[in-house]
Amino acid sequence: MSKDQVLSSVRRSLGRAGPVDDDMAAKLRAGIAGHARNIVPARTDLDDAGLVDLFQEMAEKVFATVTRVSDMSEVPGAVGDYLRSENLPSQIVMAPDETLDAAPWDDNALLEIRRGAPVEADQVSVTSAPVAVAETGTLAMFSGPDHPATLNFMPETHVVVLPAGRVVKSYEDVFDAVRAQMIDPESGRDGLPPRTVNFVTGPSRSGDIEQTLLLGAHGPRRLHIVIVEDGAPTAGDEQQDG
Amino acid sequence: MNVSTSRNFKANAAEQLANETLRGALEKSKGHFTGGRATAAANLPEFEALRDEARDLKNHAIEHLDFYLEAYEEKVLESGGHVHWARTAEDARNIVLEICRSVNAKAVNKGKSMIAEECNINEMLEENGIRPVETDLGEYIIQLRGETPSHIIAPAVHLTKGQVEESFRENHTHLDPDRVLEEPPTLLDEARTVLREKYFQAEVGITGANLLIAETGSSIIVTNEGNGDLSQLIPKVHIVLASIEKVVPTLEDAATILRVLARSATGQEFSSYTTLSTGPKRADDPDGPEQYHVILLDNGRSDMLGTEFQDMLRCIRCGACMNHCPVYQSVGGHAYGWVYPGPMGSVLTPGLIGVDEAGHLPNASSFCGRCEEVCPVRIPLPKLMRHWREQEFEKHLSPGAARVGLGLWAFVAKRPKLYQLMTGLQMRLLGRMGRKRGRLSSVPLAGGWTKYRDLPAPEGRTFQSRWKSGERPA
Repeated sequence: MSKDQVLSSVRRSLGRAGPVDDDMAAKLRAGIAGHARNIVPARTDLDDAGLVDLFQEMAEKVFATVTRVSDMSEVPGAVGDYLRSENLPSQIVMAPDETLDAAPWDDNALLEIRRGAPVEADQVSVTSAPVAVAETGTLAMFSGPDHPATLNFMPETHVVVLPAGRVVKSYEDVFDAVRAQMIDPESGRDGLPPRTVNFVTGPSRSGDIEQTLLLGAHGPRRLHIVIVEDGAPTAGDEQQDG
Repeated sequence: MNVSTSRNFKANAAEQLANETLRGALEKSKGHFTGGRATAAANLPEFEALRDEARDLKNHAIEHLDFYLEAYEEKVLESGGHVHWARTAEDARNIVLEICRSVNAKAVNKGKSMIAEECNINEMLEENGIRPVETDLGEYIIQLRGETPSHIIAPAVHLTKGQVEESFRENHTHLDPDRVLEEPPTLLDEARTVLREKYFQAEVGITGANLLIAETGSSIIVTNEGNGDLSQLIPKVHIVLASIEKVVPTLEDAATILRVLARSATGQEFSSYTTLSTGPKRADDPDGPEQYHVILLDNGRSDMLGTEFQDMLRCIRCGACMNHCPVYQSVGGHAYGWVYPGPMGSVLTPGLIGVDEAGHLPNASSFCGRCEEVCPVRIPLPKLMRHWREQEFEKHLSPGAARVGLGLWAFVAKRPKLYQLMTGLQMRLLGRMGRKRGRLSSVPLAGGWTKYRDLPAPEGRTFQSRWKSGERPA
């Protein structure tokens, strides 16, 4: 068997006749289970408002656009304004998630909304983000029935609704949110993380032609983030002190 | 395609040095990468400490590689995925083919993968009537041109936009021949449109992996274009090609690597897309692949463990070493003759295909040390190249003239009086020869060197004689 051949070659080269001994195995397993944090940059030692500001600053640096609204009731208007200002169509494919349910979409009669996964013809997607990282202006998206992962990549324009309370410091905070979801009996995931966790930092880009920076290589050309100041926090947030 | 021509490095390099188009392309890329990295490093006070940490955690993972691989496999299986072990590139090709056949695949979408290059996956697929479609813009361009990547993260860095335009006109014959196609944005738009249709035609998507996580059984890819994500989300089968040294214990360890990876590679703080994939789509997921396969490739790596070359297995494939290498920046990636160019290739290639095949590569270094200075996991690349040179010498693989020359030099160097006498004579002679112009455009026995530049003529006595007579720096 190839597996045995590879493993025994590894062990032979490392000077061992067999697997690591029981004590070492227990120690390594404990290391995995403990998943201790390594160095986390100090730039995120900020209060909540400071984190949201840093998130916005970092996201804008990588060519995302950001607007802020005071609560969910203003979201449909903000989305409509953005699409109009960019001359984009008002047909939207939207994630079927609860955060977005809380916005009064019917108030904005101009938007044509379909909920679910995108098809090739869709030009604009709207999703929320369960968590976002201030350190580098990064959104984190978890695939699932309420968030088809293709919404993050297929349409040319991706609008993300982000309640301000979901901005965390670091990737490590996102991993804790993933783990919280894994042990949540209601997630129905059987101890598994979401199939796909997408960290998204700005729109799609490429430098493959003479190192010229171009946006919209395969994924979205535009990434627009609507920060909702009075938004509901994510379920993972209780985990994030520490 | 990737039959090694590393043996012909000297001829390859001479040919590339004469290539003016390549000169221009490399000149354009150079400052972009080195400046970007310097800025990104300066913007993160913890950067040096993160490099130490990345080095240490990779060392730990490598020293317990068998344990972490088995832990990783267990988690992949728990998530409903499949794990295949490949001892050789041929094993990997067979596994890929078997999976493709099991779903009657006609086309395969590929995200950028150096392991796929190492295993000649495209060639194998074509031979079996399956169409491989490279979706990374750079990879797509070189696929159209029938070329191999010249850089591990910027595969088409050797090309100019004019060459890209030429390839698009030649291949996209269904489009208006009179269309305007000069500038990078129009080229990108055309590639986006052409490739978009292809995403939906493939039954299988192949990606590489930047990291494998033992804790969760996840694979991670890091991209800027989003092509890797579309390649793996739309087809019904996702195959991950990964070499065994990619595994790290936890997600936290992955975070450390990710913090140094993009900064070292392109100077970005974080790449646009970092994606964790775990198993196939869940029962209630509206999209994602129905099957998830991981192929773990050894292909010579386990033999590097426990040797002086073990350090090389820390490499996270950022490309910083080649971006900062004066030799790579002069000859380009193709001169190296196999999949991995630049300093990391000069160390890895002899390890994977043998020093008798690739012994020239470790000689392609001036030992300036820039590669080691910028390596995010602090691989002592010059030292490792020196180890290969020693092996090459011991195996009597180096050319006769070099061996005789080294032997003569060693004889003289071991006799200080003779050494000083000879160097003193040489200085005087060269000084006299170049007195008029202050430089020499040809020197006996050094024609290869003076062909491309002049040798400054020595102005006075040797360092040693000046030191002896009591001269000291002011």
